[in-house]
Amino acid sequence: MLNPNQKLNSKLFDSGVEQAPIRKGFGEGLLAAGEADERVVGLCADLTESTQMHLFKNKFPNRFIEIGVAEQNLATVASGMAAMGKIPFITSYAMFSPGRNWEQIRTTICYNDRPVKIAGSHAGISVGPDGGTHQAVEDIAIMRVMPRMVVISPCDAIEAKKATIAAAKTNTPVYIRLAREKTPIITTLDTPFEIGKAEVFYSSRFDLKSEERLNLGSVGIIATGALLYKALKVARELEKEKIGVTVLNIATIKPLDEKAIVKLAKETKALVTVEEHQIHGGLGSAVAEALAREYPVPVEFIGVRDLFGQSGSPEQLLEHYGMGEKHIYDAVRKVLKRKA
Amino acid sequence: MLTDQKIKELELKANEIRETLIEALVEAKSGHTAGPLGMADIFTALYFHILKHDPMHPDWPERDRLVLSNGHICPVLYSAMAHAGYADVDEFKKTLRKFGSKFQGHPHRDFFPALETSSGPLGSGLSQATGMALAERINYNQGRTLDQGKGSTFGDKFIYCLMSDGELDCGNSWEGAMLAGKEKLGNLIAIVDRNNIQIDGFTEDIMPLEPLSDKWQAWNWHVQEIDGHDFRAIDEAVNRAKAVFDQPSVIIARTIPGKGVKEFERKYEWHGKPPNKEEAEMALAELRTLGGKIRSEHE
Repeated sequence: MLNPNQKLNSKLFDSGVEQAPIRKGFGEGLLAAGEADERVVGLCADLTESTQMHLFKNKFPNRFIEIGVAEQNLATVASGMAAMGKIPFITSYAMFSPGRNWEQIRTTICYNDRPVKIAGSHAGISVGPDGGTHQAVEDIAIMRVMPRMVVISPCDAIEAKKATIAAAKTNTPVYIRLAREKTPIITTLDTPFEIGKAEVFYSSRFDLKSEERLNLGSVGIIATGALLYKALKVARELEKEKIGVTVLNIATIKPLDEKAIVKLAKETKALVTVEEHQIHGGLGSAVAEALAREYPVPVEFIGVRDLFGQSGSPEQLLEHYGMGEKHIYDAVRKVLKRKA
Repeated sequence: MLTDQKIKELELKANEIRETLIEALVEAKSGHTAGPLGMADIFTALYFHILKHDPMHPDWPERDRLVLSNGHICPVLYSAMAHAGYADVDEFKKTLRKFGSKFQGHPHRDFFPALETSSGPLGSGLSQATGMALAERINYNQGRTLDQGKGSTFGDKFIYCLMSDGELDCGNSWEGAMLAGKEKLGNLIAIVDRNNIQIDGFTEDIMPLEPLSDKWQAWNWHVQEIDGHDFRAIDEAVNRAKAVFDQPSVIIARTIPGKGVKEFERKYEWHGKPPNKEEAEMALAELRTLGGKIRSEHE
């Protein structure tokens, strides 16, 4: 069952579950951050409405800079503004920022130690019809490799709003990964959020007696972003088949909550990681790096397998590239076998 | 205004800055020589006459900002800053490019916090300076009753960006120029070191930049071309730039790479290497004669 302490959406598993784009939560969060602190400024590379920065722009036109289609400039101008005490948020599609301006982010933001917040919208393969050029599935890898960078990948619009507000209060660079499509609302306003903290969202242990739990197979699923919803659904299915599943939501990929991950590994002895990103260098890699050092257990990885995307509907693409519910289900079965 | 006496003082100071950076480079055994020598006069003018700054309080909020975009000419930045009082001159001579040094091979704020930016990769300094000028304008207007952050009003804090001609090959440089022109940033002054050389050869062979003034003008910049070794011209150009309120200003400073040491002048081979001991001794001997001028005239 859902972890009662997390105060998650009680209608989560209803067929008409409420949906909203994760990027919308960013837009609302930026507006709130701007209202709370006049140092917050917004810069955008010709995608203001699409990245939901228009909410901020409309309220604070004098604190908004339209950069045009120039992502290298986007990052470097923001660095300069941060040097003068501003808290700049920069937005574009993740493919272009941090895709195109990686070196500028490295040198002028991270190396230069300027607290610029980078919101990469339309991340993941579920951007859909735009095709492979616009599907950022490498952004987690290229951001988490950077010293000083904090990497946040919210699971829904509400968490994105909280992450944005929290990012404005840190004095480090932050990358916030956003998705375009509407996805189910998993959390509520009351769900706790803290940068760097992973939370168990679902566990069979919450509603089973201890002797029943012993009879269960046991697997942990570690998920990030909107695919967390699929992981939760799969967990519920597996429970019916007497497989106990604990689902950990990783909102912050860096710094990674290694304690929570190791704890889960110790409890379950088998893990599946789930992300809408290349398997190389993403959440799964981060988890494996921690486990190899602290507590090695078998891990299966759900993500893109060293391929580029193509046009299609989000669901089609997630199925085709191995990130559907069935794939998560199969991965759990597979890792259970490896555990034995 | 610069008096003749002040110009003589600046010439002497520039010479000291050149000597110091030659001594540092020979000790470092790597680094760039031509650019730093060529820009020594401009850095001297800035740190000893033009900039509003306080070496005892590097984080004074009201200071002008100096962004060095082409970080590889940092020996002249370090030398000028050390002589101005931001660091110890001997420490610079002994530790340039050495492990743990304040004076990293390219500027790094982690090691030398008085620097305004860490830099090295070319083409991103002008954008950072543009961001500073934008933020300064917002800050200035936020402190006033009218919320007119988009206007051409700003305080008396200027943002200087020192950049090379070679880095005008970078798209990022022109992205910054476009935005600064659009935003009419009168508080931004770029100084381009027009020394005509880059690593692979002469700029006009590698990637022609001329007509360079026209390019800047087309992005709505106020453009001046000066002799980058003429202190009066440097000072007057900066004063004219400060008087332009609705455009950013660029000063294209024609400089001689390697200036001050005949053997190094105008040779692109000296872009990226340091002098060895003998070359340094020759260079220092020449610098000590002030290029043949009689020293007593200056003292």
